[in-house]
Amino acid sequence: MSKRETAKKKAVAKKITPWEIVQIARDAGRPVISDFIAGMCSDFVELHGDRAFGDDQGMIGGFATIGGERVMLMGQRKGKTVDENIAYNFGMANPEGYRKALRLMKLAEKYGLPVVSLVDTPGAYPGLDAEARGQAEAIARNLTEMAGLRTPVIVVVTGEGGSGGALGIAVGDVVMMLQNAIYSVISPEGCASILWRDGTKAPDAAAALKITAESLLKLGVIDEVIAEPAGAAHSDPAKTIEAVKKAVLKWLVELKKIDTDTLVQRRYDKFAAMGR
Amino acid sequence: MGWYTKPAEKPALKPTESLWAVCRACNTYVPREEWVKSQRVCPRCNFHDRMTCRERVALVCDEGSFSEINAAVTVSDPLQFVDASGAYADKAKATVAKTGEGESVLTGTGTIEGIGVVLGVMDFRFLGGSLASGTGERILLAAEEALKLRKPLIIFSASGGARMHEGIISLMQMAKTCAAINRLQQAGVPFISVLTDPTTGGVSASYAMVGDINIAEPKALIGFAGRRVIEQTIKQKLPDDFQTAEYMLEHGFLDHIVSRSEMKAFLANVLRYATNKLVEQI
Repeated sequence: MSKRETAKKKAVAKKITPWEIVQIARDAGRPVISDFIAGMCSDFVELHGDRAFGDDQGMIGGFATIGGERVMLMGQRKGKTVDENIAYNFGMANPEGYRKALRLMKLAEKYGLPVVSLVDTPGAYPGLDAEARGQAEAIARNLTEMAGLRTPVIVVVTGEGGSGGALGIAVGDVVMMLQNAIYSVISPEGCASILWRDGTKAPDAAAALKITAESLLKLGVIDEVIAEPAGAAHSDPAKTIEAVKKAVLKWLVELKKIDTDTLVQRRYDKFAAMGR
Repeated sequence: MGWYTKPAEKPALKPTESLWAVCRACNTYVPREEWVKSQRVCPRCNFHDRMTCRERVALVCDEGSFSEINAAVTVSDPLQFVDASGAYADKAKATVAKTGEGESVLTGTGTIEGIGVVLGVMDFRFLGGSLASGTGERILLAAEEALKLRKPLIIFSASGGARMHEGIISLMQMAKTCAAINRLQQAGVPFISVLTDPTTGGVSASYAMVGDINIAEPKALIGFAGRRVIEQTIKQKLPDDFQTAEYMLEHGFLDHIVSRSEMKAFLANVLRYATNKLVEQI
């Protein structure tokens, strides 16, 4: 094979399709929030419960120290085994999960701690009980309150950013994505079955929806893409987690310099400009 | 084919559109004249069928008081989206032509029994009332207008949720509209949300659910996830009244269910309480 051909092949290999990225974002070996906590935080004090109904296992949060910085950390919780995933509802939070997250954010505001939110969910749980307890209201409330939260909010989409279930903890001053994470209004499968009337057209939908980190950066929806090691996050979780830690720390330092009124105004302006 | 296997003949239920209306909830035939007079409310089951945004404005606003704002904000196509049935841009253009509206929400100022308000009224005919960039922008600007005028904001929702054709940009409209509602909250400007059939998905999970007062029309479909998705997820049949206005009232997410015929008077009455402080300040 000529040198040129090899180079071309490499370039093609580099350019993976959006649908392939969807598979990587959902890979079972991808680091989950417990890995990020273990790898990023020198201290973590989990805080439980929404004070109204229960303690959702699909959402985890608490005080955390990242590189000497004290923060409030939270995120959807996927498991590493089938048993864990069943216990954590595959990272699909119930209303009490979003309410727990909001309680912790309000606490962060009170204590002057920045919020670090790690997003990885197929979506908010679509269940009977979730509806009865107000899944819509819980997410809506979070969106409304996060917009005015008087403390910095840093968001990293680490795996799946599944629609309203992701956004419910993702109204951030800075929103970053890992290179092979996805963030979408609907799953490619769901979109394909509605707009293509054929679930197998998910690869087409994945491309049309522009759900990759690269596309979302271009659209101005996110602020930064965190590079993953060659072979993606699951091939080297430690290196991935280190990259996330570095990016979070960089923004923590940056955002702490901004006075709170300006910070909240900028957050408003940022989301107000979405789609303009 | 035996007589017993012969498929039952479907009753020829294709009424002359101009003469009859059919209730979508109970399939009752209602003379068109009566249907229009009753504001599209079924005389048999009290289902409140969908209205156009202009019909809704005529129903609640004092005659001649409504004045549209943000008409220049219309559909955009940030993703250059194309699906199996063609380009979104073409579909949007056809919808604008068909409905005469520029987006899925009509915004404006008006009065209700003399009380000045800013209104947002969604229209289900416009791509299922879906929330997209133009919708979000109109709602944000309406909220900012309410903030500036210090007048209550009322939004009538009628939407299947976020518009897929604008992808993540549609999702971001949830955060955008809620940011605007947060501002009203902090400034003490009232926000009343009226949920009509249907209010689901990204609209129920954003501004529609965070009114100071949440009101719904009888039997309106209100919920987050689709019924079919939930049934597939939990593998059980859902109760008949699931995700109705009545169900939401029972579960504590609505203040009131208000019939269409009483909507204007009810809103006016609530507004007199809600503007108590604003009136004192003036």
